[in-house]
Amino acid sequence: MISCKKAALICNKSQYNEATFIEKLQLRFHLVVCKTCSKFSKKNKELTYLCDKAGLNSLSEGDKRKMKEKLQAGAE
Amino acid sequence: MAAIKYEKQKESKMRVVTSNSRNFTSDRTSMAKNQLQPNTWVDAYADYLFNYAIARINDAEIAKDLVQETFLAGLKSAKNYKGDAAERTWLIAILKRKVIDHYRKTNSKKGKAEVKINYSAQTDAEGDWLEEQIADPFSNYEHSNLENEELGLAIQSCIGKLPQKQAQVFSMKTIQGISTEDICKELDINPSNLWVMIHRARTALMGCLNETWY
Repeated sequence: MISCKKAALICNKSQYNEATFIEKLQLRFHLVVCKTCSKFSKKNKELTYLCDKAGLNSLSEGDKRKMKEKLQAGAE
Repeated sequence: MAAIKYEKQKESKMRVVTSNSRNFTSDRTSMAKNQLQPNTWVDAYADYLFNYAIARINDAEIAKDLVQETFLAGLKSAKNYKGDAAERTWLIAILKRKVIDHYRKTNSKKGKAEVKINYSAQTDAEGDWLEEQIADPFSNYEHSNLENEELGLAIQSCIGKLPQKQAQVFSMKTIQGISTEDICKELDINPSNLWVMIHRARTALMGCLNETWY
């Protein structure tokens, strides 16, 4: 039996498809008996769905660095 | 006896008044706290502004340039900032003007000529160009697009509230889809560290989005 902490970790991993088969199995069993974790898991999945649906964009770190440099140059 | 009671009452009333006025002054100071801090702009607002721009421009490069211009313009006119609005609102207002200016430029005589050449070059190959221009009456696209943009901005502003490191890890992992190993290498952390940060970020985001979006 795995702990809730481990279950949360696997749950987070599986949001990014990085959980192994055995881990997923462990999580399934845990979710059957633990109400809190199954609630968390449901919400976590929903968050992933929302993030996918929103089609988020973000600037890469390199772009941000360039922006900072330009801002610095503008300030002087 | 009665006089003493009265005095006490008066005193307690006075105390209430002073405590009220103290609250009032603290309100004032928090109102005046709306100050510009240009060094934090990029970390705090770049993604939010970028999402706002890209929903209207549909071109990542141009959107990026507009965000950059917005920051520079904000810096330039920083002395006109009165502190009435929050920093982000103020920057969005500038960005809005930039977007309008962008479209105005492409719709000017010179810009129109360029667009037309592009269009005819496209239709030469296709032939049936009238159909492309007709709106699909059954399309749900515009509406869902609008909703998704709102959702995107909500998520982005929630991410902005996270501690900087968590926000960085979360956006690298979720939005840019960088693999765990690469993130660990770039930020010099170990995987379990990364998952803890992801966990905290996700929990905070769930709480933040909870009221409106679940």
